[in-house]
Amino acid sequence: MNGKLLICLSLLLPTPVLAQGFAGLGTEAEGFAPVTAPAEFVFPRDHGAHPGHRIEWWYLTAALEGADGRDYGVQWTLFRQASRPPSDATGWDSGQVWMGHAGLTTPEQHFYAERFARGDVGQAGVIAAPFEAWIDDWAMTGAATAGDALADITVTAQGDEFSYALRATTDLAPVPQGDGGFSVKSESEQASYYYSQPFYSVSGVLTVEGVEVPVTGTGWLDREWSSQPLAEDQAGWDWFSLHLEDGARVMAFSLRDTDGGAFVSGTWITAAGEATPLSGEDILLTPRHVSDVAGRRVPTAWRVEIPSRGLSVDTEPVNAQSWMGTIFPYWEGPIRLSGSHAGRGYLEMTGY
Amino acid sequence: MRVLAVLGALVSHWRRQPVELVTLLVGLMVATALWSGVQALNAEAKTSYARAASVLAGDRLSSVTAPGGARIDLADFAALRRAGWDVSPILEGDIRMGTGGLRVIGIEPLTLPAEAETYQVGAGADRLQAFLEPAGLGLVSEATRLRLEGAEGLPPLATSADLPPDTMIVDIGLAERLLDAPDVISRLVIAQVPGPLPDGLAGRLEVRGPQTSGDLERLTDSFHLNLTAFGFLSFVVGLFIVYAAIGLAFEQRKPMLRTLRAIGVSARLLTAVMLAELAALALIAGLAGVTVGYAIAASLLPDVAASLRGLYGARVPGTLSLAPSWWAAGLGMSLVGALAAGGASLWRAWRLPLLATAQPQAWLGAQRRALRWQGAASILLALGALAAFVAGGGLAAGFALMGSVLIAAALALPGVLAAILAFGERRARGPLTVWAWADGRQQLSGLSLALMALLIALSVNVGVGTMVDSFRRTFIGWLDQRLASEVYLTGRDAAEAEALVAWLDARPDVTARLPIWSAQTRLGGWPAEVYGFQDHPTYRDNWPMLAVLPDGWDRVAAGEAALVSEQLARRADLAPGDALDIPTPEGVWRVTVAGIYSDYGNPAGQAMVGIDALTDRWPDVERLRFALRTDPANAQSLIGDLRAEFALEADQVIDQSAIKDFSRRIFERTFTVTIALNALTLTVAGIALFTSLLTLSNARIAQLAPLWAMGVPRRRLAFIEMGRTLMLAAFTALLALPLGLLVAWVLTAVINVEAFGWRLPIFVFPVQWAILVGLALLTAFTAALWPVIRLGRATPVTLLRSFGNER
Amino acid sequence: MLRVNCVSKSYPAAERPVLSQASLSLDAGRTLALTGESGSGKSTLLHLIAGLDAVDAGEISVGNVRVDRLDDAGRAQLRRETIGLVFQQFNLISSLDVRANLAFQARIAGRFDAAWQAELAERLGLEELLGRYPEALSGGQQQRVAIGRALAVRPALLLADEPTGNLDEASGDAVLTLMLALVRDSGSALLMVTHSERLAGLLDARAHLRGGTLA
Repeated sequence: MNGKLLICLSLLLPTPVLAQGFAGLGTEAEGFAPVTAPAEFVFPRDHGAHPGHRIEWWYLTAALEGADGRDYGVQWTLFRQASRPPSDATGWDSGQVWMGHAGLTTPEQHFYAERFARGDVGQAGVIAAPFEAWIDDWAMTGAATAGDALADITVTAQGDEFSYALRATTDLAPVPQGDGGFSVKSESEQASYYYSQPFYSVSGVLTVEGVEVPVTGTGWLDREWSSQPLAEDQAGWDWFSLHLEDGARVMAFSLRDTDGGAFVSGTWITAAGEATPLSGEDILLTPRHVSDVAGRRVPTAWRVEIPSRGLSVDTEPVNAQSWMGTIFPYWEGPIRLSGSHAGRGYLEMTGY
Repeated sequence: MRVLAVLGALVSHWRRQPVELVTLLVGLMVATALWSGVQALNAEAKTSYARAASVLAGDRLSSVTAPGGARIDLADFAALRRAGWDVSPILEGDIRMGTGGLRVIGIEPLTLPAEAETYQVGAGADRLQAFLEPAGLGLVSEATRLRLEGAEGLPPLATSADLPPDTMIVDIGLAERLLDAPDVISRLVIAQVPGPLPDGLAGRLEVRGPQTSGDLERLTDSFHLNLTAFGFLSFVVGLFIVYAAIGLAFEQRKPMLRTLRAIGVSARLLTAVMLAELAALALIAGLAGVTVGYAIAASLLPDVAASLRGLYGARVPGTLSLAPSWWAAGLGMSLVGALAAGGASLWRAWRLPLLATAQPQAWLGAQRRALRWQGAASILLALGALAAFVAGGGLAAGFALMGSVLIAAALALPGVLAAILAFGERRARGPLTVWAWADGRQQLSGLSLALMALLIALSVNVGVGTMVDSFRRTFIGWLDQRLASEVYLTGRDAAEAEALVAWLDARPDVTARLPIWSAQTRLGGWPAEVYGFQDHPTYRDNWPMLAVLPDGWDRVAAGEAALVSEQLARRADLAPGDALDIPTPEGVWRVTVAGIYSDYGNPAGQAMVGIDALTDRWPDVERLRFALRTDPANAQSLIGDLRAEFALEADQVIDQSAIKDFSRRIFERTFTVTIALNALTLTVAGIALFTSLLTLSNARIAQLAPLWAMGVPRRRLAFIEMGRTLMLAAFTALLALPLGLLVAWVLTAVINVEAFGWRLPIFVFPVQWAILVGLALLTAFTAALWPVIRLGRATPVTLLRSFGNER
Repeated sequence: MLRVNCVSKSYPAAERPVLSQASLSLDAGRTLALTGESGSGKSTLLHLIAGLDAVDAGEISVGNVRVDRLDDAGRAQLRRETIGLVFQQFNLISSLDVRANLAFQARIAGRFDAAWQAELAERLGLEELLGRYPEALSGGQQQRVAIGRALAVRPALLLADEPTGNLDEASGDAVLTLMLALVRDSGSALLMVTHSERLAGLLDARAHLRGGTLA
């Protein structure tokens, strides 16, 4: 265990007990702002940071295609975590810790990088309008002159062997998840504030080991913040974002209990942007194939069924080894859909 | 079996001659002790420097700094990170803590390069979490923790073994509060510089590569070279003892060696066993020597640490912690020394003719050959010294010059003494007197090594003594010039300084209030201070100028020129009228050198500029210190009023004499080690003389027996012996005086200039010489006493036996 | 046993050769006295036989060994194992006691024999003196130690150079008688240098050196 790892563990885990859920998301949250219904988002204010809540993220995934039809996937994430309940401390001691993750997936390779920053000193941060989220030289910058502040963004990041610069645009407004943005995560009513922008058209250039690849595709931005999103007995999750060819979008997740049960939920979003919550009875998520990934057994191919909407698709990973070997490791990569609907999507699996 | 039998026979000699064994062991031990003691001092200091340099991996990381040592705006850190520079911020500074300062180094663990994580912040997740919390955690060395125990205003402390003394590592957020330096950083460290600085930062910041040797190491280099040179000198002088003792043992064991050979021990076996014996003795003496060396170092270290701190601000702990390699090196040195000193005896044992032929006059031819050889070597070395002086530059050449001079003189000594004795013999009347002179010449061969050691020790003593005393006299005169003001005053912070100024301006008895403000920068690659001064007769009348342009003071006051210290002038090769580029936060400032002043004892370069020029270019300069002019008789009451009015601490307001005292104390401590080593060297030379006389006294009996047989009383013979020894020592001491002056000249005019950058006038101190000559005679008297007593007490039987045993 | 054949030796300082074409032989178990004036080369011849010095020309054999062809180590071994040496000046190791001196050569030759050692000590009358150091012994006692040391290895050849030269006549005779008896009992051959006709008469045969040549 190197020093850096310990540093991050201790920053992200205010209690030394590591067993409580993935990445400590299931730990007690006394002193932080609670998550209560209704959500009542106000934009662009809520595009910015909510330092009173313990954790928050700006999470962009993009399922992309090169000119030759090859599949690619890109992830850009900025996590914010408050290591202590809010106070009036500023500068280095503001208590905010920032973590950036960038991923780039090709059919053969998977690249990732992570960055850390702390405090309120300009190394990392988020401004609601004009929108900018950044850590070091990675940035998600709003360019919209009208409409939603996130309707036109550029995204850049780089690691040792890869970099990307993408532009994502849409005409549609952000979509609240769950009950108007109040997203329940367990039977014991753990919840988060959660909205998405699932309608991005994306274009840009990837640079993979020095070679530039122009790409186009679809992107999905998740915005979520909470103070205790998981119950203490929840060990990880499987999260799907599906871009169906008819323009509809589907979000589905399964939060796995340590005792084998799961809390399943989702949202059906029409091509016009109308969202309908889906409950655990509506959604069937079945692993089809388990792969050896980084020494673990990870289900990389699934069947996703939503009978009420006539959806039954098999997912196939673009690259089964899409492993983010970061300090909190997880699987995240682009997928292809076949079955009742064609399309693309992104899959995230934690806690394996 | 055979080896053991031979070894047993050889060793049985020591049982019969315990004094010789002790002399041999003591000689080797003393030589090893002095050498390894000095090495221990150096090693300890070097370890401290390396530790200081490697804190935060300064020896492996590049850094981004602001020119002129200014602090960097926190925004520049973010700007660099956003430009893709993987920099990590460091905020450091000194705070007052009880009796001493504390260096506070604030780090940011998340961005800190992995290379810098040597201080074990991450020794445990709990510790790290405590480190990052607002209350914080201070990492210090164990000794520092003990010193700071119970101090207020500090975070909880934890220890980290790798830290230098009086240094505390804390989180940068805590450092901001401790140092009262919000939103600034001292420097940025980075493992790999990605390219040129981004536009907009390039003008304000600069990149420096890893500093493999810290400034401290460069500044203190000459100090340690001095120590090493004296340590080596002591070692060599110690080897004279060993040489004499081994030679004595060989002479005494010669009959035994012959007998052993005669009854069938081969030359190879005999030499091998003698070599093993020597090695065993060297190891025993080496162990003792290293132990004593440790003790010497431990007792001198506080002085060394104090003078390193006073002179260079180097933080060296007051206790020794030595690596095993140091012990091994000490033993190795003892072995090498024993072999060097015993090599000749081993060679003679190897070549020992089985049949002794009586050659009573052979000594004369041998001595003539030796004198010729030594004379030639002496001339060659003298020429070498001349070459080193003419061609050489640098401290090493300076020491080569001194070494050559000393050894050349030592080699010439027997020749000079032989000439004196021959002259005496020609002038002598009575037969006994003639014999006394002539016999002295015969004795010379055996004594010359010890006398050489005495000559070297004495002349180094004269040289170092002259240098130190010249320096002391110069330094004190210079202090009087430099510290012309009556009172020196320092405000705790800017607000207090302003209040002090207002208060002082209302005091009619304060005739002048002169700012002493300074900024740190680098001139010619060396750390340097730039002082601003207000144009005032205090400076024009008193400042110790070595050279100055006719309108120099006016030009400096006008802000277009600077005065530079002698060290800086020598290092950067500056003369009045030259241009000097001074890096400042506002850019490079080119000035004319208007004059050069002496600045003894300061390892850093120094330049003086007009006060307004300083504040223009360093707008953030600390404005806390002032020199006050007042009637000297009024100084104490002024200080009293100041203390009463502002509740000033003791060292915030100091009168002239206290500052002079403090400077003198630092000065004295600087030379404590030199003086101590000097005294030890003289002691060693005395032991060498004693051993040599002991060696001779056995052989003497055979030479004195005929005189005794012819009717000269033993008491008379003993007096002659003593008189002759004293005479030889006296001549040696007299010859040491001019040689000592030469050494003093080399020290002040060559070595000091190279080592410290300043030159001293030489003053002579005849009283000191008289004391040294007396000391030399006392040494010789003490050394000769025991052999002479033995001689005086020699029984007739002993004397008679010498006839029977004569080979 | 011992064969000296046409041996010559000269020293740089001397005007004429010390030895010139000297020859002699000695059979095992026999005793031979070597006589001659001071400076006639007696001691030199003895030294050459012992390998203490090297010949200019000629051959010297002890047993089957050509002494003149040995290197230093070989000559050392010869002296250690085959030859016993007794000098005029006793040559004891002053820092060792009598017991150690007596046993010394036998020990370094690896031939220490405690019984023989005890017998030698008894017959040489040294039993009471074993703990003393050489300086506390009389001349006769010292020479008896030297003889005992030489005979302790049971040398094939004992070389003695004026062994009684430093002793008064009475003790000299006593020492010599003892030595001859012991030589006979140990089966060694003896070559003894002496200038005394009387002592020479006690031995089996005699050879006289004159002008560097044996007459």
